[in-house]
Amino acid sequence: MRREPPQTIGDYAPLLFPAAMLTIFFVVPFGTMIAVSFFQRQQGGFYTPAFVYDNYARFLSAFFGGVLGFSLSLAIAVAVCCVVLALPFTYLLTRMARSVQVVWLVVLLSVLSLSEVIIGFAWSTLFSRTAGITNILVALGLMTEAKALTPSFSAVLTGMVYQAFPYTVLVLFPALVRLDPTLTEAARTLGASPVKAFFTVVVPTLRNTIIATLIMVFIFALGSYLLPQLLGRPQHWTLSVLITDQAIYQSNMPFAAAMAVFLVLVTLGLVALTVIAGRKGEVA
Amino acid sequence: MTSIFRKFYFFLIALFLALPLIVVAGVSVNQKQTLAFPPQGLSVSWYGEIFTNPEWRNALVASVTLAVLSAALAVAIALPLAWFLWRRVAPWANIFQLLGVAPFTLPPVITALGLLTFWATAGFYGQPWTAVVSHAIFFVTLPLVTLSLGFTSIDRSLVEAAATMGADDRTIFRTIVLPLILPYIVSGYAFAFVLSLNEYIVAYMTVGFTMETLPIKIFNALRYGYTPTMASVTVLFVSTAAIIFSLVARFGDLPKLLGAMSSDGK
Repeated sequence: MRREPPQTIGDYAPLLFPAAMLTIFFVVPFGTMIAVSFFQRQQGGFYTPAFVYDNYARFLSAFFGGVLGFSLSLAIAVAVCCVVLALPFTYLLTRMARSVQVVWLVVLLSVLSLSEVIIGFAWSTLFSRTAGITNILVALGLMTEAKALTPSFSAVLTGMVYQAFPYTVLVLFPALVRLDPTLTEAARTLGASPVKAFFTVVVPTLRNTIIATLIMVFIFALGSYLLPQLLGRPQHWTLSVLITDQAIYQSNMPFAAAMAVFLVLVTLGLVALTVIAGRKGEVA
Repeated sequence: MTSIFRKFYFFLIALFLALPLIVVAGVSVNQKQTLAFPPQGLSVSWYGEIFTNPEWRNALVASVTLAVLSAALAVAIALPLAWFLWRRVAPWANIFQLLGVAPFTLPPVITALGLLTFWATAGFYGQPWTAVVSHAIFFVTLPLVTLSLGFTSIDRSLVEAAATMGADDRTIFRTIVLPLILPYIVSGYAFAFVLSLNEYIVAYMTVGFTMETLPIKIFNALRYGYTPTMASVTVLFVSTAAIIFSLVARFGDLPKLLGAMSSDGK
């Protein structure tokens, strides 16, 4: 059956419930948040309708600017680590038997669905002095004494790469699984080693996919909220942590909303970049 | 040479993914209430704790109830929308698809804060049902994506034939579309269910002070020190997720759901 334009009002009926739900519970809350970001804060946790830029002005102060800078750099580091690890992995995975792929996909989905709390708890255990990885190193005779590896920046980075790695693989998977195998076969026939074929044929072909993936993982990492708290020091806290802190503990909703709106703008800008990168890929 | 390299590389990735879980599983069977690995003694009592200790049991019941209901609501929102977009030419309706994907694309703290301001303004802050709606909106993306994929795989000539024989939309939906789309409904539900079970920040910011889900309970418990029950809950959660995704893979085409071509196309 061909798709047809709606003929009668009744044809729109199926759209009614989804449209109402998404409008009331996503568009309206989003609008409320933007409105609140301009509101005036009252002492004691309340706020009154107003139209002031104070919240944004405060956000652009040196301290919060520093947090924003740290959040962005951390997300970039996570995105780069994940793509570097996941690209060859996903490529090799898509060349394996389908049954092997399924097992790996189940594992990746299971890790991806893990709560940030659980990932944070697991890695803080792994990095702890009493139950941590250093005990294994001591047992192997590689270290003399067990020690705690957290809180530290590398602990935060490891936890976040762990969280984002399955996501990265799943974002890369469709593009790599559809990659024309004759491309690498041609390179191999002409005498290139598999590694050389990967870097001279696969990577350049996927340039736009890689850029889009970097941006998507970056956005994913930007949302990380608990890992910096569980594995890092206060100077490793990200914008997400500060937004929640302001909203829940400081009861400063207008300020939290202003930071969230700013985060949305950054994210949307990056999504637009992904779309542009994707378009260029289609033309090429 | 390259084969050895590949095996080693896959082994390292597997180790990286498994290591935290191995340690947590080890900790979960510790006999004493200490954080120790390798485990000292062997005891499964911490698994019993999840079901016998009222605090952990309540959190488990809250999490499962929330996941069951919010995943159902997410499917109820996604199914008519995906069907409409498949059945009708209405370009402006794509905006709702965009809205359905947006909450999952943006950093979760944004959806969480938006809903928090909304529930607070509307005067419903802290009501348990607000968490169900919040999760449904947050995870509607997952059934929406699987269902859109499912609809594109339906052979339109089948539907055409039924229409030529005089079947109306309702009959076509019941007899042709629904049976074909059912695996995608189930997998969309499964994805939303598992992710809702593990979700922290949206639940925390909407009902965190009145209702404790398991992730919230684990986080709160973490702040006041360590209990091995956290480890056993973690093992329980990972196993649940692995079982559910294995079932999806067993009865559906997992690589296809995740974007590969159909199995006969490759």
